[in-house]
Amino acid sequence: MITAPFEYAAPKSLKEALALLRGGGSDRKVLAGGQSLIPMMRFRLAAPSMLIDITRIPELGVFEEEDGYLRIGAIITHGQMECSPMIKDRYPLLFTTASVVADPIVRQRGTLCGALVHADPAGDWGAALIAARAEVVISSQSGERRMPVDEFLVDTFTTALTEDEVLKEVRVPVPSARTGGNYQKIERKVGDFATAGVAACVTVDDKGAIAQVGIGLCAAGPISRRAVSAERRLMGNTLDDAAIAAAGAQAAAEAEPVADTRGPVDYKRDMFRVLTIRALRATRTIVEGRR
Amino acid sequence: MSYHIEVTVNGERHAADVEARLPLVYFLRETLGLTGTHIGCDTTTCGACTVIVDGKPVKSCTMFAVQADGCRVETVEGLATESGLHPLQQAFWDNHGLQCGYCTPGMLMAAKALLSRNPSPSEAEIRQAISGNICRCTGYQNIVKAIQQAAEELAGTAASSAAGA
Amino acid sequence: MTTEAPRAPASCLGQAIKRKEDPRFIQGRGRYLDDISLPGMLHMAIVRSPYAHARIVSIDKQTALDTPGVVAVITGEDLEKLGLHWMPTIAGDNQMVLATGKVLFQYQEVVAVVASSRGAAYDGAAAVEVEYEALPVLSDAKRAMDPDAPLLRDDRDQKTNHIWHWESGNAEATADALVKAEVVVRQDMYFPRCHASPLETCGCVADMDKATGRLTLYVTSQAPHVYRTVIALVAKLPEHMIRVVSPDIGGGFGAKVGIYPGYVVAVVASIVTGHPVKWVETRTEHLTSTAFARDYHMTAEIGATKDGRVQALRVHTLADHGAFDSQANPSKWPAGLFNICTGSYDFANAFVDVDAVYTNKPPGGISYRCSFRVTEAAYLIERAMDVLAQELKMDPAELRRKNFVAPEQFPYTTPLGWTYDSGNYRATFEKALAQIGYDSLRREQAGRRARGDLMGIGISTFTEIVGAGPNAQFDILGLKMFDSAEVRVHPTGKAVARFGVRHQGQGHETTFAQIVANELGLSPADVLVEQGDTDTAPYGLGTYGSRSTPVAGGAAALCARRIREKAKKIAAHLLECGEHDLEWTEGKFRVAGVPERSVTMQDCAFAAYTNPPPGLEPGLEATFYYDPPNFTFPFGTYVAVVDIDPGTGEVKVRRFLAIDDCGVVINPMIVEGQVHGGLTEGFAIAFMQEIPYDTEGNCLATNFTEYLVPTAAETPHWETDRTVTPSPHHPIGAKGVGESPNVGSPAAFVNAVVDALAHLGVRHIDMPLTRDKIWNVLRQHGVDGA
Repeated sequence: MITAPFEYAAPKSLKEALALLRGGGSDRKVLAGGQSLIPMMRFRLAAPSMLIDITRIPELGVFEEEDGYLRIGAIITHGQMECSPMIKDRYPLLFTTASVVADPIVRQRGTLCGALVHADPAGDWGAALIAARAEVVISSQSGERRMPVDEFLVDTFTTALTEDEVLKEVRVPVPSARTGGNYQKIERKVGDFATAGVAACVTVDDKGAIAQVGIGLCAAGPISRRAVSAERRLMGNTLDDAAIAAAGAQAAAEAEPVADTRGPVDYKRDMFRVLTIRALRATRTIVEGRR
Repeated sequence: MSYHIEVTVNGERHAADVEARLPLVYFLRETLGLTGTHIGCDTTTCGACTVIVDGKPVKSCTMFAVQADGCRVETVEGLATESGLHPLQQAFWDNHGLQCGYCTPGMLMAAKALLSRNPSPSEAEIRQAISGNICRCTGYQNIVKAIQQAAEELAGTAASSAAGA
Repeated sequence: MTTEAPRAPASCLGQAIKRKEDPRFIQGRGRYLDDISLPGMLHMAIVRSPYAHARIVSIDKQTALDTPGVVAVITGEDLEKLGLHWMPTIAGDNQMVLATGKVLFQYQEVVAVVASSRGAAYDGAAAVEVEYEALPVLSDAKRAMDPDAPLLRDDRDQKTNHIWHWESGNAEATADALVKAEVVVRQDMYFPRCHASPLETCGCVADMDKATGRLTLYVTSQAPHVYRTVIALVAKLPEHMIRVVSPDIGGGFGAKVGIYPGYVVAVVASIVTGHPVKWVETRTEHLTSTAFARDYHMTAEIGATKDGRVQALRVHTLADHGAFDSQANPSKWPAGLFNICTGSYDFANAFVDVDAVYTNKPPGGISYRCSFRVTEAAYLIERAMDVLAQELKMDPAELRRKNFVAPEQFPYTTPLGWTYDSGNYRATFEKALAQIGYDSLRREQAGRRARGDLMGIGISTFTEIVGAGPNAQFDILGLKMFDSAEVRVHPTGKAVARFGVRHQGQGHETTFAQIVANELGLSPADVLVEQGDTDTAPYGLGTYGSRSTPVAGGAAALCARRIREKAKKIAAHLLECGEHDLEWTEGKFRVAGVPERSVTMQDCAFAAYTNPPPGLEPGLEATFYYDPPNFTFPFGTYVAVVDIDPGTGEVKVRRFLAIDDCGVVINPMIVEGQVHGGLTEGFAIAFMQEIPYDTEGNCLATNFTEYLVPTAAETPHWETDRTVTPSPHHPIGAKGVGESPNVGSPAAFVNAVVDALAHLGVRHIDMPLTRDKIWNVLRQHGVDGA
């Protein structure tokens, strides 16, 4: 119940944070909300020698659209996403995701970037940001690098971050006019990890044909993943019931869920079918409303 | 190694030297003797430890006291004033919104945080807002009623003081 | 805004008085166990076994002892030197305190570390090194009696995993009736292992004061006096030198009745270190080592006529007790009150037998508002009746109507030996059906079913049995199950009332004040209720099994009446008349025929100290130890309406109506609160709670991420109402209600879900009714959805 002892630092700049991180090897960990890290430390499954609290670094609190991207800084919380009128109106996929991450109190401290770095296989943001075709900005003392979220999420609890790097920001393309999105999650109760999670993001052209589509799945294998075949099945088609049903079937086939107390594999696979259909239907309603 | 922190709790400044690993909940309960905030689980699930930090509800078991340096913390002990109970406290009492009382401080603080950002929540919004707080005794129904009563009371007070201004 | 409870009218029974205990709780000024801090107090953490069955090869304490802050490290071997490595259980078995030789369940207590701070205790615990040699695990109760099953308890004389066999009823007559019956249904049903899991975990502060020789044990206990007596016997300390204090308790539900090893070790640690020692368990420890609930593998057979008149009930149960038989049952009732299972129905024949077995799991069984296995019994009969109704193609409401025990049959003795005090099942039942609009719901269901929707209606018409219990048959470890009240009225007409029970949220500070105040013509605000300190409270058996109102509530009323008898003498003295001239009406002693000549209880109280009648002892107080003549039998009708999502298998509870009859109601607001809470627990049990173990004995629900407690978002809205059929033998006609909602509701939920799927041929689904289970049933029957 009480963690192993550790040292604590609360740097005021990213430069300072990176220097501290560089100084300690894998034993030092970045702390933002801590809503995933601290519980692990309490069970002594993690015992970093130092926590580097980045929540006092102003530049990591960026949260605005700029040059075609929504910039979400490292310390932006799920709660800030959920309460933002901009997110609610213009990013329905992100809004519906933020509303179901953890519980409403944990959301006040937990951060989107922190959750992404934690890379839980059932991580809601992994699925959503894959669907939204987001990219990440990684900082180290040597500079910055960027990559798509798909590449960033490598494996269970494993990302492309090296020991001395910090996830600085996530960038989500500003959606074009005829875009809708939705996140569907099965949780046994509020706060449960997803039994299955499907994120959908669809842009249609002026004829109603799908011009861009992203479908992200979580709790579907070792790490959140893109439902590539489902996306391919939808591209160029209209978002009609047949296409939606087919996409659902594809997503179910692509998912690789693991049996656990939430259910056996065949059940979970079918939930990917059902949730994909529901996410696409909800997306269609938004898109039709915006045409 | 110890760290010097200054935290304002219920309006009072406190300075202390603490281990980094001291959770905020134990800082409140044991360093400051404010035992109203409770501990009910080890997975950040139950919300018995809910307090308000810089205006936002927080599970104080999943935050270290060092992280609260320079912050304003509100606990259940700060709800009542010289004029009497906070409308939420009165409403919980009026509506039998507690039985063993163990979840109550956390519920009160979660409810206070809710009403400060959403003064007229629907029943569904109330249930969602307290879904990070577990109660084993009441089945939540009377807690919801209590929060609805407090919301009306606070809205009424706000209206009448606005009217009087 | 006020912090004072309002003054009550003359009769305060049945009044929804606001609770007197609330002011401290709403201000965060409750005094729970972990709030207690004593000078020099040390902290204790327990090292537990990762294996379900293993020999302990070695324990290395040294690194732990070298950890900064660690003061002592205690093993089973250390306790053995004091003869305390094993202790007796309430069920007459023995239980290891700290393991010696081998461990018998995952998370069993092995080593205790005592340190100057909580952090140091955990650091020390992490540094203890224990080497184990794994042994074959017995995880499946159904295999416990196989000849090749691993033998778990080599400490016992009988070398078997079979603990005991228990029977009730007439085996031959029942077998005969089943053979002759026109219709027989048989259904296996499993009541899964679950856990009461109150929000506050268990803990204690043990303070052995060497200077005075007194041991004070602050502890989360629902039965403080029993703890005191047992500790005296086990630790061989003089009982008058032990004080057990149950402070405010953050929920009990039966999880805080047994004496846990942690408490005993803390006492030893305090004696050994000379300091107070605090031990508070984590949630994980609570779920994996304290008293679990249920885990009954049951088979029900009902024999009936083809037009639905039940004739015979036969039940067999395999009870998984875990590694030690530590369940808190009355001593001659190893299966508790399970033979209440004929329920609300008039069976001519019945027979029940139960076999209990050991497995490599934590001990327990009596917990989670079970009323001593009444939850299992009521679930069984209410499910079995629905199975019978389905077989007969009869509406389950109609089947019940045909078989209720009728009002004129009371007091009614069941073929399993219980004499129900009172009941009017039919009236409550019809009220419930009318209120829920049963006929219209059935019509709606027919329409929906035609469109492919899955809607179900489930009924539970339970009778339960509470108030343990009549001393002739009921004792716990030999202590008869009476309960007690001690009331003292002060000169200024205020009273203090102490009881042998110990509430954990049930509102006794209010309801018991109402009972006493009602008898004495006082306001409940003038009666201070105290419980839980064995130095001051009269001896009692504690609060569980909904026994407080039936037993201690009876004691409260009778104790107050003793005071009133004495006050009457004082009144006669004050009014200068004979006692026979006096009436007690509307809270005053009045001269018959001259009602304006009266005195109040306050007048009598003052006079008791200032002007007592010659020859009468001064003062105004009494004690009463109440041996209840019978149990009480609360009952009710619950109706659940559900809709099932064919895509995900999720069950949505659309409506739930609970009509409870708990006899005379003391405080309707408190009764309603008990029902809300219990229904929420029943809902959780029906849909999401289980503590499963795999074949290696690994616990698969060790914390709140896997053992699910519903939040306000999942919990349905509860509609509640009541009927009142007083208990004829209870001093105020009350029956108790705390556990009824857990007793009655799981079957209502399961019946509703099975009803939604009955047209597919589904007859039974075991709890918890998780989405994947329902999905599986749907897909097996070709029902799809998205």
